[in-house]
Amino acid sequence: MSLLRSDLTIIKDWITPGSRVLDLGCGNGALLQALRDERQVEGYGLEINQKNIVSCLQSGINVIQLDLDKGLDDFDDQAFDYVIMTQTLQAVHFPDHLLQEVLRVGKEGIVTFPNFAHWKNRIQIGLQGKMPVSRTLPAQWYESNNIHLCTIKDFQQLCKLRNIKIQKKVVLDHLHRASGPITFLPNLLGQIAIYRCQRGGD
Amino acid sequence: MPKSIPADSVGLVTPLTEHFDEPLELVCGRTLPRFDLVYETYGKLNAKRDNALLFCHALSGDHHAAGYHSMEDRKPGWWDNYIGPGKAFDTTRFFIVCPNNLGSCKGSTGPNTINPETEKFYGPDFPLFTVKDWVNSQKQLMDSIGINQWAAVVGGSLGGMQVIQWAIDYPDKLRHALVIAAAPRLSAQNIGFNEVARQAILSDPEFHGGHYYEHDVVPRRGLMLARMLGHITYLSDDAMRAQFGRDLQTGRLSYDFDVQFQVESYLRYQGSSFVERFDANTYLLMTKALDYFDPGADFENGLAEALNRTEAKFLVVSFTSDWRFSPARSKEIVKALTDAQRQVSYAEVESSEGHDAFLLPNGYYTDILNAYMAGV
Repeated sequence: MSLLRSDLTIIKDWITPGSRVLDLGCGNGALLQALRDERQVEGYGLEINQKNIVSCLQSGINVIQLDLDKGLDDFDDQAFDYVIMTQTLQAVHFPDHLLQEVLRVGKEGIVTFPNFAHWKNRIQIGLQGKMPVSRTLPAQWYESNNIHLCTIKDFQQLCKLRNIKIQKKVVLDHLHRASGPITFLPNLLGQIAIYRCQRGGD
Repeated sequence: MPKSIPADSVGLVTPLTEHFDEPLELVCGRTLPRFDLVYETYGKLNAKRDNALLFCHALSGDHHAAGYHSMEDRKPGWWDNYIGPGKAFDTTRFFIVCPNNLGSCKGSTGPNTINPETEKFYGPDFPLFTVKDWVNSQKQLMDSIGINQWAAVVGGSLGGMQVIQWAIDYPDKLRHALVIAAAPRLSAQNIGFNEVARQAILSDPEFHGGHYYEHDVVPRRGLMLARMLGHITYLSDDAMRAQFGRDLQTGRLSYDFDVQFQVESYLRYQGSSFVERFDANTYLLMTKALDYFDPGADFENGLAEALNRTEAKFLVVSFTSDWRFSPARSKEIVKALTDAQRQVSYAEVESSEGHDAFLLPNGYYTDILNAYMAGV
């Protein structure tokens, strides 16, 4: 719970009050609710899970049932100030395509994902020879929705390849701290990565 | 017949009639000088008069949305699954108003009522109504009941189209708009089906140019065919396969044109029972109102521009197996609303029941309505 709060709190602080936001895979709508109440933000959550959709409706959050694997065709270019994708990138079929869709529909994209190269994961794979199970990756491999896990290094390489400009990056360690040794070894010590990015120039 | 009234039913209800002497100017250019609207209400209007919901009915619907007219009734009103104490449209919280549309044949002024000018049935002389006209007539009812703003306007199918029109034409008169199993306008295929249905009626020798009342007959075959065709479009392929498959009435083929497959028998039954409770002129009118509905047509940038003026919060719901107004059609409404930066939520309900699903019990659908209505 506190883990969720820390990455959402950081995102919330990045959002300019009064802006328009699209939240891909908005879950129960907690972030949108905080943005609505504290940042006067308008926007929509996209979600496919029925329970989450009902929760959003209960909180009065605008939620649209949509399969992110089918893309964002229903949204025009640059229709939102921010398109946010928290802990969703690793669960979609075409993360590369969706990332580009995020930056087509949004003037800026905010993306968070669990860093698969975190030292605790490395221990489980490297020493125990098992798929990691942790607070950020709670499911067993056979039950997990995460089909495209990546590391901080991998994500940055993709951004470079697709000419995506990273404007800001925060990496949180397993105690949700963003400072200390993590600044030197983010790919080893970082458990959650939070990126703010934009389409690069031609 | 209900042996006893279920606890979550609105119980026995009596339709009310409101007479209007103020002329209603219609989109077609004609005027209806005076008219009656039949309607039902459920629940109580609160002291602030801000808990009223308007329900708009579909093509063959009427004002009887919930409860029973008598202990002899075989079935409750058409949306009884969702209206009543503790149900999604909770009558302990809301005051629900459901009128019968003008031009319909269930009591409100229509082709099968007497034209006071001629003292004859209106018949084919009853003006062609559009969705906009219905909304204007419902606005008059709203004023006469003394409601300043609907908490929500709710409707499925053609009813959903009236909800959209309400939000466009009277933006400050509703807080929420629930558009269920609807479309922003009919497709060529939809219009095609309607036209075949109309031709079935118009070409029935007993139609008499719509003056069949005077001949003491009804264009039974035409109306029956129209309904049989319509009914196929309300069901899904899967629902028909599950219900009938290729099952035979007698177990063997008889090599003639009598009823053999169960689906034939079912459709004939649906068609002939419809003739007993519906009017052919009304069927013609209602299908035309559907065909004409296109609120985006009056605006250069289409539906998004039309919806740009709306103030209500929208809930749009579609059903996966509905091919009459498929989820893609509901998504057009949602896209126009998001383009117009309006508040909207959208849910797509898994169902094998086709277009009719919006009337039927469904767990997720119930959860959606409950959750949304909690915030109304």
